[in-house]
Amino acid sequence: MIPVTDSALLDFNLTCPLPIRDYPNVLMAHGGGGRLMNQLIDTIFGAAFANPLLDQRHDGAVFALPVGGGRLAMSTDSYVVHPLFFAGGDIGTLAVNGTVNDLAMCGARPLYLTAGFILEEGLPMETLWRVAQSMRMAADAAGVQIVTGDTKVVDRGKGDGIFINTAGIGVIDHDQIIAPTSVRPGDAVLLSGDLGRHGITIMADREGISFDTTVQSDCAPLAAPILSLIAAGISVHCLRDCTRGGLSSALVEIAQASGLRIHIVESAIPVRDEVRGACEMLGLDPMYVANEGRFVAFVPAEQADSALALLRADPVSADARCIGHVTDVRDSLVTLRSAIGAERIVDMLSGEQLPRIC
Amino acid sequence: MKYLDEYRDADAARRYADALATLVTRPWTLMEVCGGQTHAIVRFGIDTLLPPQIDLVHGPGCPVCVTPVELIDRAIAIAARPEVIFCSFGDMLRVPGTEKDLFSVKAGGGDVRIVYSPLDALKLAKDNPTRQVVFFAVGFETTAPANAMAVHQAKMLGIKNFSILVSHVLVPPAIEAILGSPNCRVQAFLAAGHVCAVMGYTEYEPLAKRYSVPIVVTGFEPLDILQGVYMCVKQLEEGRAEVENQYARAVRQNGNRPAQDLVAQVFGITSRKWRGVGEIPESGLCLRDDYREFDAEQRFDVSMITAEEDSECISGLVLQGLRKPQECPAFGTRCTPDRPLGATMVSSEGACAAYYRYRPAPSARPLATLGKA
Repeated sequence: MIPVTDSALLDFNLTCPLPIRDYPNVLMAHGGGGRLMNQLIDTIFGAAFANPLLDQRHDGAVFALPVGGGRLAMSTDSYVVHPLFFAGGDIGTLAVNGTVNDLAMCGARPLYLTAGFILEEGLPMETLWRVAQSMRMAADAAGVQIVTGDTKVVDRGKGDGIFINTAGIGVIDHDQIIAPTSVRPGDAVLLSGDLGRHGITIMADREGISFDTTVQSDCAPLAAPILSLIAAGISVHCLRDCTRGGLSSALVEIAQASGLRIHIVESAIPVRDEVRGACEMLGLDPMYVANEGRFVAFVPAEQADSALALLRADPVSADARCIGHVTDVRDSLVTLRSAIGAERIVDMLSGEQLPRIC
Repeated sequence: MKYLDEYRDADAARRYADALATLVTRPWTLMEVCGGQTHAIVRFGIDTLLPPQIDLVHGPGCPVCVTPVELIDRAIAIAARPEVIFCSFGDMLRVPGTEKDLFSVKAGGGDVRIVYSPLDALKLAKDNPTRQVVFFAVGFETTAPANAMAVHQAKMLGIKNFSILVSHVLVPPAIEAILGSPNCRVQAFLAAGHVCAVMGYTEYEPLAKRYSVPIVVTGFEPLDILQGVYMCVKQLEEGRAEVENQYARAVRQNGNRPAQDLVAQVFGITSRKWRGVGEIPESGLCLRDDYREFDAEQRFDVSMITAEEDSECISGLVLQGLRKPQECPAFGTRCTPDRPLGATMVSSEGACAAYYRYRPAPSARPLATLGKA
């Protein structure tokens, strides 16, 4: 345990009864998508903003319109990636696809985005132009419009070139409840493609780490394949994109929220050789590396084959596989059959494997 | 993927497990020395495939785990200085010192960076001539050559703003300390393959002879470890105590001579404290006088910082194979990867973190407890 000074503890006790004593300051790991981030959300934001929609802890909020029926999904995300441009995308494509995908994970058809820019003094105008063009192209590809925005400039040294926030709304034109609470024993766990490309791409470009790779980020909009599942009558019980914290964190979150045990098979999880090689070299597990174009879908076992066929018909999920199933054991764990046939637990990381991906 | 998948073959693993079950006639306790092996054993569930008579205990070969708390405190003191860029392997940043960890120093404004090679830190020094770049030189014989190379290059190039905080330790003295303990119950060792790739394995031959223990130089993939276990058990069952080499695709008897020469040129042997274990004579490396100018402890005058370890943490017993992680009363309750009491709960190579992360696999056989062999 990391003790805090008496005065810090006193301040906390005077102003706030929350049990965050372990770190008196925010660490990078608090944004890493692992347990520390979940603790932060639980103890600070969850406690401060508690309401039934937020408490569902989904990638976005789903709510009924107060008039006229129908449901909307709403989500927001901020993008602080370094480097700004990388193989397979840039901060602009991430900012559009990330929020589009959060809406898609609610089963929504994304419609409109907002874009807020925090620009650092001295940023080359050409860089901003390139990012804006990328955002427009990504929005066109995802079928959304960026309809309102905001711009702020901060002093040189107080930003990192560009920070972007996007928020989005999408419409839900079906009756399915896509959430961890809809997950049922026997459900098939489908993964939309190979893991780890985004995280490894960012890492290869980062200062202080020297290796070359031909890997490109998997950054892509994911609404189309999901809407095709729903349109075909597949009962989509739950969806989650495998961004920060990777596949492992996505599955652990769903296991915990559903109360059920999820069992997956390591040999069924596709990882490209370039990514495996980089992970072996750097001591990383591809199951925890970030993706920007991958999701897991929970569907009834009897619909798994049709769902896979639909997913494989879309280029962004052409390599979709069934990687496991939901068991009837109610212990909220994710277990894995390892490559050599032994069983173990899959845990959420405490912090992050990589510093600041997106 | 070549050189990977063939060593992770489920059928071959099963055949080794069956062969072991046929071979073994009584209980044996084996220690894998290296934290990388511990991680692989727990990550792949290798121990769950073994016959119940074979008990694997986890040795002191995790460099993050054995770095003493006072050295972490010294690192923190250096990293907090405004002129310093402090570079480290990632795992070290979360190891708790007396009051905080290096991540907290970073959050408090310190320039703390994760690098993957000391040569990257040296490049940072070249690129930032007005800053002091310090590399936390942690590890066993495996990482010593690269650290020696960084210091040697700094001297050749006349780079004055680079230094290293040395926490190098050596495997053979640790094995000897374990074998010399009156409580020792380890009957055979899987020696660390990558350490031996550098050092060779002749230095283990006197140990095998003096203490009558089989020592098998072993790799890190599941089939390597299963074969290493098989070779150990075969020796034990046949009453032999020799040094054998399972990891022949990477390790030669005499190791990597140019690497050894460079290490010997830059580093000398010294006594070192091991976290949880205490001081072991002649168990580590320090910079030789010719390279002393690159010693961060001297440059920043932090050698007077000393610290005592948390009394509740039993990592010393875990590292000596006397306790398993889950036998610690604090395991998983007061001590978790989010709130580690000791370093074995921090590093992915640490036995406690590996158990916390990958256990209990409910279908696995009950974990062996110590004291029954």
